[in-house]
Amino acid sequence: MKEQLKEIKQRGMNEIQKADSLKELEDLRVKYLGKKGEVTRILRGMGKLSKEERPIIGELANVVREEITNALSEAKERQEEIALEIQLKDEIIDITMPGVKKEVGVLHPLNQSVESLEEIFISMGFKVVEGPEIETVENNFDALNAPKNHPSRDLSDTFYITEDLVLRTQTSPVQIRVMKNAQPPIRVISPGRCFRNDTPDATHSPMFHQLEGLVIDENITLGDLKGTLDVFAKRFFGDDTKTKFRPHHFPFTEPSAEMDISCFKCGGIGCNICKGSGWIELLGAGMVHPNVLEYCGIDSEKYSGFAFGMGIDRITMAKHDIDDIRLFFENDRRFLKQFK
Amino acid sequence: MLAPRKWLENYVKISIDSKELRDRMTMSGSNVEEIRNLSESFDHVVIGKVLEIKEHQNADKLVVAKVDVGNKIIQIVTGAKNFKENDYLPVALEGATLAGGLKIEIGELRGVNSEGMMCSHDELGIPKSLIPESQKDGLWILKETYPLGKNFKEILDLDDDILEFEITPNRPDCLNMLGIAREVSATIKEKLVYPSINYREASNDAHEKVKIRVEDQNGCKRYIGKVLENVTVEPSPDWMQIQLMKAGIRPINNIVDATNYVMLEYGQPIHAFDLDKIQTNEIVVKESKPGELFETLDGVERELEGGETMITDGVKPLAIGGVMGGLDSEVTLATKTVLIESANFEPDHIRLTSKQLNLRTEASSRFEKGVDPEIAITAANRVCQLIQQMTDCRVLKNSVDIYPNPVMKREIFVRDDRINKMLGTNIPKMEMSDILTSLEVEVQILDEGLNLKPPTFRNDLVKEVDFVEEVARIYGYDVIPSTMPTATVTLGGLLSSRKIENLAKTSLTSQGLYEVLTYSFVSPGSVNKCRIYKESPLQKMIQLKNPLGDETSVMRTTLIPSMMDVLDKNNKKGSSDFRAFEIGRTFHHSEEILPRETTKLVIGMYGDKDSYYTLKGIIEELLNTLKITEVRFRREVHHPTYHPGRTANLYMNNEYLGIVGEIHPKVTDAYDIEKKCYVAELEFTELIQLADLEKHFYPLPKYPSIERDIALVVNNSVAVGEIEEVLKDFTEGILETFELFDVYQGDQIEEGYKSIAYNLIYRDPEKTLKEKEVAAVHDKVLLQLKEKFDARLR
Repeated sequence: MKEQLKEIKQRGMNEIQKADSLKELEDLRVKYLGKKGEVTRILRGMGKLSKEERPIIGELANVVREEITNALSEAKERQEEIALEIQLKDEIIDITMPGVKKEVGVLHPLNQSVESLEEIFISMGFKVVEGPEIETVENNFDALNAPKNHPSRDLSDTFYITEDLVLRTQTSPVQIRVMKNAQPPIRVISPGRCFRNDTPDATHSPMFHQLEGLVIDENITLGDLKGTLDVFAKRFFGDDTKTKFRPHHFPFTEPSAEMDISCFKCGGIGCNICKGSGWIELLGAGMVHPNVLEYCGIDSEKYSGFAFGMGIDRITMAKHDIDDIRLFFENDRRFLKQFK
Repeated sequence: MLAPRKWLENYVKISIDSKELRDRMTMSGSNVEEIRNLSESFDHVVIGKVLEIKEHQNADKLVVAKVDVGNKIIQIVTGAKNFKENDYLPVALEGATLAGGLKIEIGELRGVNSEGMMCSHDELGIPKSLIPESQKDGLWILKETYPLGKNFKEILDLDDDILEFEITPNRPDCLNMLGIAREVSATIKEKLVYPSINYREASNDAHEKVKIRVEDQNGCKRYIGKVLENVTVEPSPDWMQIQLMKAGIRPINNIVDATNYVMLEYGQPIHAFDLDKIQTNEIVVKESKPGELFETLDGVERELEGGETMITDGVKPLAIGGVMGGLDSEVTLATKTVLIESANFEPDHIRLTSKQLNLRTEASSRFEKGVDPEIAITAANRVCQLIQQMTDCRVLKNSVDIYPNPVMKREIFVRDDRINKMLGTNIPKMEMSDILTSLEVEVQILDEGLNLKPPTFRNDLVKEVDFVEEVARIYGYDVIPSTMPTATVTLGGLLSSRKIENLAKTSLTSQGLYEVLTYSFVSPGSVNKCRIYKESPLQKMIQLKNPLGDETSVMRTTLIPSMMDVLDKNNKKGSSDFRAFEIGRTFHHSEEILPRETTKLVIGMYGDKDSYYTLKGIIEELLNTLKITEVRFRREVHHPTYHPGRTANLYMNNEYLGIVGEIHPKVTDAYDIEKKCYVAELEFTELIQLADLEKHFYPLPKYPSIERDIALVVNNSVAVGEIEEVLKDFTEGILETFELFDVYQGDQIEEGYKSIAYNLIYRDPEKTLKEKEVAAVHDKVLLQLKEKFDARLR
């Protein structure tokens, strides 16, 4: 029996050594260690042995079983390793192929500007308010101190619905609505659509967007206007941005100013964006005219304030170097996509 | 307003270069838009004199000229006709560059040597519209003589920077050289010197030659007549012609040029009549009659509306006051006696007349902005001086001056501390006084402030605040310190409606939708294109009185047509699929002062992967984001824009929230889109009311759930929505979720039936459910489904 066990072990080890699949190893396990396997059979047949032989053979048989078991599991591990390697090799992919995308959309570039502008002014304590697109002539012109014969009131400039109603030509009437309904301190901005009787071309659109700002309180100065708008320009166009305030004329502010910023493209040296001047005209502003304050029931001796208005389309065009305002309203996906 | 630098230097010493002048003027409120220099475009052009003209032996249309250019005599071949021997003219020498970029070289023209070129105005950078009529198609023939061979642009002052000023409507006093010079003087702090006016007066009086009567005193504030005798009408001297051309006015003849010169210099439009053609020797200013006909200088016969201020000879009209003269009394080469009119007309009158006749002139555009009546007499004298200088005419003594109500200077008191308070500055009273004095404001310094009398040409200085600006702009906006408002702290932020809007936009863009912006006005036909019924309220659109065109003539009542346009455009441009949305307003008639504006959300899409369900999914996800629950989709079969079988209205209880569906094939046809389009329009104003910005936390489940899958076979006509109503209503609160995971028709299912498979999850939040309890509920639901829809388990 000893010989038999030795022979089984020898044979088993050889066969395990030669096996090259998990299936073969499983077959060998059954063949040697299964219920009817050769080693099992010997262990079962031990009853026929003498008392003296039994422990010796028993021990030997157990050793053989353990060795075969170990050999089997080692071989199995090896085979699994090989199988995994093959699998990984089979699973090689072309990692340069395009990824599977879920397309997301994007906000309109003009509304992206509105969001950034709002964020800047909100951080300076401004509330965001809105007004109607169809306005009274009173709010759009009269209350804003526009002379009765001012050319901006002409049919060639303003869209009229009736003699008393217009499509607002500016966001400034929102100022009037705010001032009529609240007492200082007031600090608001108001973005929105505006309309002027302009035939569309690269720089004109009958519909465009403005953002209006208004601050009213005691002791508000022209210096405060400069300081506030300077902070805005730096936050929107970059910390290196310089501002320049030039005197100008608007009926509803006095003194009035236009603000230029140093060209963000060339930094002020002169380029195609700033037409060589180093400066870009950005917005109109001024101290709210006492006539306007009084019209809205605010004591112009006690309070003063400033207002400003900027073309959102214009600054968006400037910021992104867009050369045609009509692109904003054509809504071509190829255009919109670039603002993701 | 074009201001040649050298013209300004007649009145104020300018010792800084033109760029610095531009910057400083811009900073004091006179914005310079551009600096031009006509002579930059050409070089190497000198004064030449034609010595001899001979025929060209090989060409009929060419001649050969010998021209003295100072240091030598050169031969030039030319096709020009308008010159003769002894003419002085500009000659471009070898190596010269001309305005069009032409380079001059010695060459042959039809076998004859040509060593230079005689130039036209055009070739020397003068815009075609400014070239005098007689020399339009020929060479520039000079009127006077000059040293030969001298640099043409230097000797004729063409080497000059022309500054183009943007003049704001409140400053008509700056629409002339003296006005600009005054601003220069205040800005660079140099003294302003007015022209000295003097001429020889004849012994006879103008009053003997002409009588003037102003009947229309509303339209005409002042009328001055001056009489000139023995005038010779001819082209102006070169300096005058060049001065006018630099300022953008075409030279005509010495009389008209002198009036234009003074208009540019003082801002006072002046008209010259041929007095011999005014048979009555009388000027009567009166209103026109309706239907009256009048032929203006430009040869156009015009029908008058009635009420225009007319200059007449008492019987027939001579000129439309302040707008344009008439052909009959025009100054011609034969004119000997001239009546100079320096008058003042009411801005509103002129504006109306100019608009009604559709006739805008240099004169009318100045009068409608406002001209100072005080300046009329100075300007009249100045014209006489210039004309006498040019033609040695007789200027009759005195002027006929009708000026019933002379303007008076205003007096305004301002507080210096108020000015400083508004500017955030500390400017001393004395400095304010200096600034205002430099602008010709009379200043009286008092203890409590300044007593001011602005000049009569400054109609814009009325209130204290107007002087705040004057002080600020000359003091310098750039030196006023920048500060932040130190006032009360205010809380900034978005209105909650805008927060909800932003949240909705985030949901939509993250689902692949592009935001678009379309016009608020549309074509009245746009709703018809969407098959909206004639009687529908959507047809009652608010109309613009003066639209740009039919396409943009009414305010929209729905966003769907605009969205269809967007889909159409993108489809035509080759996008195989597209998803877009817009949040915009619609406009509706109302009883209030203002029309009603409501905000709508429109979603539109097309593409192979899209269907009613993908659009519905987007909306469901949006409603989840806004935490709007319990929205029901009810079938809509009548809406003419939509597919009758693939459209639903959204309701919350009985409140209409919008419509979602596939666009009717007839509508997509009308838009020429060959793909199926899916469009939803939601009442965004309502969604804002219903939305909830709060986040709510619910504890995670503590007890296990029991899952059941069921597959029901029902008639095709049964909607899953109906089945789901039963699932909701008959599960006694223990059905946590249900999810439709399969709808099947075909093999194994009989014709007309479908199999619907749900995954149901039962859970009791309070305790562990027992199989028994679930089974009881589950069986009851199945029974209900069987009773209601004849549903059986597959």
